[in-house]
Amino acid sequence: MTDYQQALGAEGSARSPLPRPSRGFGWFFWFCVAWIGVIAILAVLAPLLGFDDPTQQNFDVLNQGPTTSHWLGTDDLGRDILSRIVYGARVSLIVGFGSMIIGMAIGGSLGMYAAFRRGRVDSFLSATTYVMLAFPLLVAVIAIVAFWGHSLAKITVIVGVATIPLVYRVVRASTLTYATREFITVAKAQGASDWRILTRELLPNVLPTIISFFLIGVATVIILEGALAFLGLSVQAPTPSWGNMISESKSYLADNPWLALFPSVTMFLFLVALNLIGDGLRAALDNREGML
Amino acid sequence: MARYLLRRFLTLLGILFAISVGAFLLVHLLPGDPTVTILGPNDTAHNRAVLMAQLGLNQPLWHQYLTWMSNVLQGNLGQSFVTHQSVSSALSHAFPIDLELIIMSQVIALVIAIPLALASARRPNGHLDRASTTASFALLALPPFILVVLLVLIFSVHFHVFPGPSSYVPLSQNVVSNLHSLALPAIVLALGSVVIYFRVLRADLIATLQEEFITVARSKGLSDRYIMWRHALRPSSISLLASAGLNISSLVAGAFVVEFLLAIPGLGFELVNSIQQVDYLMVQGIALFVAVVVVVLNFILDFLFSVIDPRIARD
Repeated sequence: MTDYQQALGAEGSARSPLPRPSRGFGWFFWFCVAWIGVIAILAVLAPLLGFDDPTQQNFDVLNQGPTTSHWLGTDDLGRDILSRIVYGARVSLIVGFGSMIIGMAIGGSLGMYAAFRRGRVDSFLSATTYVMLAFPLLVAVIAIVAFWGHSLAKITVIVGVATIPLVYRVVRASTLTYATREFITVAKAQGASDWRILTRELLPNVLPTIISFFLIGVATVIILEGALAFLGLSVQAPTPSWGNMISESKSYLADNPWLALFPSVTMFLFLVALNLIGDGLRAALDNREGML
Repeated sequence: MARYLLRRFLTLLGILFAISVGAFLLVHLLPGDPTVTILGPNDTAHNRAVLMAQLGLNQPLWHQYLTWMSNVLQGNLGQSFVTHQSVSSALSHAFPIDLELIIMSQVIALVIAIPLALASARRPNGHLDRASTTASFALLALPPFILVVLLVLIFSVHFHVFPGPSSYVPLSQNVVSNLHSLALPAIVLALGSVVIYFRVLRADLIATLQEEFITVARSKGLSDRYIMWRHALRPSSISLLASAGLNISSLVAGAFVVEFLLAIPGLGFELVNSIQQVDYLMVQGIALFVAVVVVVLNFILDFLFSVIDPRIARD
């Protein structure tokens, strides 16, 4: 998560002093959206699309490179790499989106509430998240996973809880800039309830920040799950995930480099696309702010 | 200044307390009777007595914490019931390797990032600047576990420039082979840091170059190179140092991954090994140790920044 924070911080301050011309999102942005969409659809519909069973072993075709019957080749147990990548996407997508949803639901609402109320609730929550952020994230997650176990659901929950402090801080900071504006004062004066101000006045304004942060957060969480899987601490074999495919490939780097390359490239392009989409949204958002 | 430091120090104590409680409670996440799980096949009367003395498991929870904590404060983190090694001796063997790896990687990272940022910032949006900014964006999406596999594939398997996995040579045995065996993992870690340092330094340099003292220096007819290195670099490097501090915990994470792949017996390798051997006290000890080291290092760096740049303490 610190990686992300820094990337965001560096990105924020690295904006060049020259104004960036921006008309719409450009074809590349939509290309990235399409790529994410294709992976998501393949992952969801995999059983209907006639992919091989990703755990089906076939000892006639061990460690083969790409062929016409196995487009991306087979691994050391003769399993089809393409279908393992498609099914592996499920793990990344579930953990990535699942834990960011947990983080957003808890951290995001606490962040908005704290920024709106201020006072003791805010000081308490801010201090707590500050302490949580000081933990080296991967080490904490590894330790908890080691003792508590690593099913898909547990990993999603652990990583989701781990994202709460960062989400809290981002959403709180973004809400703060609106919480003192005139339209909030007006809403208060009109006697609007807290709930109404939070959901009808503040939320629509903070939403763009939340969405772009959400996407980049998903990318960060997918990297974290990948690292866990790489260390053998995510979903267990034979269930495929991109991380454990890359990890399993390490014994065959000399004989069958495809085994490492295909999942790595898929994952890399997936992460680049997520980051570019998040970045594009943030740039569009900045421009709108500038026009106000 | 003194107030700022005191506040930071109290926060540090709070964080250390939270870490210790977190590490202590780990044992209670184990399903069923923790002693049975921890001892596993080594469940002898003697081992059981040792474990009880360490964790005080038959006492109330707060008392267990005090028992465990007083052991920890005396440097007794328990012992492995798998390898019969004490956790602290395992730490003292593994930690120097991580330290060497991380220091090497940071030297490489700065040697690449500083000249690259200086060259890019001289002509923002020039060819070099665009190329390096794009490359850094791509590298940002390349997690260390993919990077290390790709670099091993290219440099060990294909070109045989660096040794492959399981070829770590201790520093005490042969300095040159040791550096050679750590070069590839250090480069992997360095690349992750280069991205961050390059972006931060480039942004600050561009801002600094707009300042009047640079215009003055230019009007004196000083060379571009001289201005970049002697006038612009120093005032632009404070955020660079700060980001180096923030980078520590992701470096530790990256080090764990490369150590695991290349079988370098540092903390990450030991940690994963202990998990696979269900050696719980070892896992608990390493996690506690790493968290404390990262937090304390961050505190020290914070202190140094407030000395270098007193504005930080004022906010």
